[in-house]
Amino acid sequence: MIWKTLKVGFHRLGSPPTFYRVSALISPWLWGGFALCTLIGLYYALYVVPPDYQQSDSYRILFIHVPAAWQAMAGYIVMAILAVIALVWRIRTTEIMAMMCAPIGAAFTLICLATGSLWGRPMWGTWWAWDARLTSMLVLLFIYLGIMGLYAAFEDRRKGARVACILVLVGVVNIPIIHFSVEWWTTLHQGATIRFFGESTMHYSMMPPLVWMTIAVKLMFGAVLLDRSRNELLDQDRRKGWVRQKVGEET
Amino acid sequence: MNLSALPALLLRDLRLAVRHGGESLMPLFFLFAVLILVPLGVGPGPNLLASIAPGMIWVAALLASLLALENLFRPDFEDGSLEQWWLGHLPVTGLVMTRLFSHWLITGLPVILFAPLAAQMLYLPGEALGVLILSLLIGTPILSLVGGLAAALTLGTNRGSVLLSILVFPLVVPVLIFATGAVSAAADGFSPRAHLGLLTALLVLALTLVPLAVTAALRLNIE
Repeated sequence: MIWKTLKVGFHRLGSPPTFYRVSALISPWLWGGFALCTLIGLYYALYVVPPDYQQSDSYRILFIHVPAAWQAMAGYIVMAILAVIALVWRIRTTEIMAMMCAPIGAAFTLICLATGSLWGRPMWGTWWAWDARLTSMLVLLFIYLGIMGLYAAFEDRRKGARVACILVLVGVVNIPIIHFSVEWWTTLHQGATIRFFGESTMHYSMMPPLVWMTIAVKLMFGAVLLDRSRNELLDQDRRKGWVRQKVGEET
Repeated sequence: MNLSALPALLLRDLRLAVRHGGESLMPLFFLFAVLILVPLGVGPGPNLLASIAPGMIWVAALLASLLALENLFRPDFEDGSLEQWWLGHLPVTGLVMTRLFSHWLITGLPVILFAPLAAQMLYLPGEALGVLILSLLIGTPILSLVGGLAAALTLGTNRGSVLLSILVFPLVVPVLIFATGAVSAAADGFSPRAHLGLLTALLVLALTLVPLAVTAALRLNIE
């Protein structure tokens, strides 16, 4: 019974007017949660956590760098899952959502590369190194850009979304490469210091701001994704009845 | 399942390539144009050239393989014969693989045949030549496969060529890394087997999965 209700609810979400309505309800909560988590996270990151004994205050960029890097990869996985749903069940809303993941993921990849570069200059003495982690992250950025370019190149946006979804699935091979790059190759970028299984090698006092910032970034991703998808739906369906009705209501 | 039409498609593609003559030799000319420009650009010192030879030859081969991609499926798409692939009784993935194989024969094989000359031009150490040829043998089919995928994805757009190179380049980065890693290792007197093993793994991965993705992309584009 519950299963059936859930199933029907999920299928309803695939319909653009319902998605438009429901996402409008969820999005402000995500934005609010994002603001709250960011404030708490920044407070911990800037006031509570003591300076590092080697890097003093400059390591604090970590609290943006690491959540952005995680989100750049998690965003790709979200996009890939949506792409599978879009290709198998041909749900238009998920096609649009998959495509809207790309610019957000690209932005987080860029933030990760930029903050890493700023951090690398004082710590490693260089803006950029051709190390495996950095290079695979750069490749991720170009895969994101390729997906955006491919989607934009089609006149029929539905066809563009579906074709780009295939590229999304092909690009998935890069995600494990990024993740394991610090283990497979001995590189300048440090190995993983935070583990879900076993002991983390990072000091425990740095955990709270990192956790708060990570949650904040995830909520922001969700909020931007919903808002972008709503806008794209509205734009694509601008000649359809439900949009006219909606616009009529609001003006 | 009757597969006798696959050699027919292969022969047709090769015959077309031979009759277009100049066009199918373009990748090879391009390769040598790059290899002539390199010593003129970075200076003719044999030591420097020998150390960058693996990378330069591979980058040139990669760029050369992009040249013939634009017309891999487009003429067939425009005159409608691509749609016939789905109407016939042959497995489309087989046709796709035949087409990609002919692309490799036209663009990849000449590069391998002329690799000894290219190696001489950049003073690649003699003991690395065998590994260079081996890396090209394993690596260039991956370039044809990935390039074919990009060609299939961009088929329905009208500004394919720029997009095509943007799509290909992030996907072939691992090929370039492992192939040049193998040749450099051999030139420095180390064993290239680890790199060649990984390159072969990439080939197996591409050979099994890419034709399916190409088929799906072509299908979406002719819908």
